[in-house]
Amino acid sequence: MTKSPLQQALQRLARNRVAVLGAVLLALIIFGCVLGPILFKLDPQLTQPALRNQPPSVRFWFGTDGLGRDLLARVLVGGRTSLLVGLAATAVSVIVGVAYGAIAGFYGGKIDEAMMRLVDFMYGLPYMFLVILIMLMFSETARGDMLPVFLALGLVQWLTMARIVRGQVLALRRQEFVLAAELLGFSDARLLLRHVLPNVLGVIMVYATLMVPSVIILESFLSFLGLGVALSWGQLVSDGIAVINPIRSYWWILLWPSAFLGTTLVSLNFLGDGLRDALDPKGKP
Amino acid sequence: MDAAGVRGGKWGAVIEAGILIFGVVLLGATAWCPPRVTRALGALLFGGVLGVVLRFAFGIPAAIVCGLLACALTFRFFPLLVLRRVLFLVPALVLLIYATTLLMYRAPGNPFANERASTPQVEAALRAQYGVPKNASAFFQIYMRRLLVEGTLGPSIKVQGRTVEELIGPAFPVSVALGSLSLLLSVALGLGLGIAAGLRRNTALDHLSMVLALVGVSLPNFVLGSAAMIVFSLWFRWLPVAGWGSLRHVLMPAVALSLPNAAIIARLARSGMIEVLQQDYIRTARAKGLPESWVVVRHALRGTLMPVVSFLGPAAAATMTGSFVVEVLFAVPGMGQWFVKGAINRDYSVVLGTAIVYFGLVILFNLLVDLAYAWLDPRLRSTGP
Repeated sequence: MTKSPLQQALQRLARNRVAVLGAVLLALIIFGCVLGPILFKLDPQLTQPALRNQPPSVRFWFGTDGLGRDLLARVLVGGRTSLLVGLAATAVSVIVGVAYGAIAGFYGGKIDEAMMRLVDFMYGLPYMFLVILIMLMFSETARGDMLPVFLALGLVQWLTMARIVRGQVLALRRQEFVLAAELLGFSDARLLLRHVLPNVLGVIMVYATLMVPSVIILESFLSFLGLGVALSWGQLVSDGIAVINPIRSYWWILLWPSAFLGTTLVSLNFLGDGLRDALDPKGKP
Repeated sequence: MDAAGVRGGKWGAVIEAGILIFGVVLLGATAWCPPRVTRALGALLFGGVLGVVLRFAFGIPAAIVCGLLACALTFRFFPLLVLRRVLFLVPALVLLIYATTLLMYRAPGNPFANERASTPQVEAALRAQYGVPKNASAFFQIYMRRLLVEGTLGPSIKVQGRTVEELIGPAFPVSVALGSLSLLLSVALGLGLGIAAGLRRNTALDHLSMVLALVGVSLPNFVLGSAAMIVFSLWFRWLPVAGWGSLRHVLMPAVALSLPNAAIIARLARSGMIEVLQQDYIRTARAKGLPESWVVVRHALRGTLMPVVSFLGPAAAATMTGSFVVEVLFAVPGMGQWFVKGAINRDYSVVLGTAIVYFGLVILFNLLVDLAYAWLDPRLRSTGP
């Protein structure tokens, strides 16, 4: 019995041990971050001056920080921020990138050339400048309001997506089924939305998965530089780095957030890579 | 000054946004320039920029001569690809300065907000002294005039009595040294790993190096950097924790900065090598009995380098982005620190100054990459219209 392309792809993905490992780790981390603080009734802000800098123990699995706050709670709640920023900013950049790339690829010619030249140029910019400046614009909004972060990070990350979607759309545009639909007199919007874009969906999924880690890294950069807006892994790592000193080691303050951040990023990349190989077996380098 | 302040109302923002969008459209429109016009305009811009820059070094007459000479030479000899890039990049730089100005002015607060006992009169006097009107477009005009006519980046607003050049001057070589060393490292590491993996495809070495590359691309450089700091500085005490001054200081920041790029280059080099090895001309080279090492070095390497070279432009940008964080982590006195400090303190001229230097470096580097690319791929070398 023949299987659908999607089933074949899933099978290939399931055979990719590294990708499966990534998916499992990711599921565990998401599960822990979302449900952990609720199940264990953890409070990331509760300070206990008597219990400062406690190493990991039965009571505090991950130890406590310099203000006596439970590090397990902080890591899990910080993970919510990091993951949420990753997902939301990726959504923003997918929307912008797909729209831009689809239009450029669909109309082709000089429009395409002009639009892509702009992308090439922005690709070469140290986008951190723009992110920092955009973040400053929102620096007086209430702490914890994360919409500006989503927008700022999303608006600098759409370039790769635009490039890839444009390439795919450009190729699909010349296929017979699109020409047939065009001859039937359908509008450009309908051609694009109903006939071209559904065929690009798989590729979009793959690169969206690969974009999430880069957004999370960018957010952690901002938190590290003191421009973050909420408790996140980046900020926790930065707290951990601040207590590095040659005399007394508080290794757990740095280790746990770093481990969670690192595991999440590596897992996402493993999964994204596996997805890419599974959906496009010929494209495997 | 007051008139400028009045203009900065609701309509001011609309006009500014309009100018910005118009500029972007104009930039895009350069795609419609016919090749001959592109050549001429690109050469003119190149010579013009060179002339303006050299004027401050050699005086006006020499600069005019150099500018004209550069104009003629670039028009005659530069590949169209490069001139097209110049035609795009120089206006883009101006647009970037404008956009940066607008963004800074949109941020709440201003450089004089923290001055004690700041009456409107005092603020107005300070604004006049530093050339910082309340209106972003007016500031842009003052700034550009200062930049092009006087050739200065202006006084720092927050660091009393120092110009931006005096602040960035000592930091510039530090950042360039760190950045170029890290780029070199990432190319060396990435090429070595990637070519080895590509040659021994589907072996343990291949899988190991690709997993390493994936980890390198995944971890933020401050996590890697802090781990290195603990291991090499605190446990083994081989390297200084932070600071600047000797080769031992540069080592950890440069490696931390290079790893993400090295990982990407390794993947590019690997896939490039695999692709090239399947080409007909490699089979020909082998068929005529060349030793395998000669085939790889002499014939395959060039094709492998192409995707790597075209990645170097974005890699330079990524290095600079990463350097903000690495400089803060290792207390390296580079330009990134000034940018972050300037942004937080609303020191407009410091932010713009560092941004211009960074953008200028990136643009210069991209042009070099274009030239290298044209050299590697003879198909792009055409100088004709």
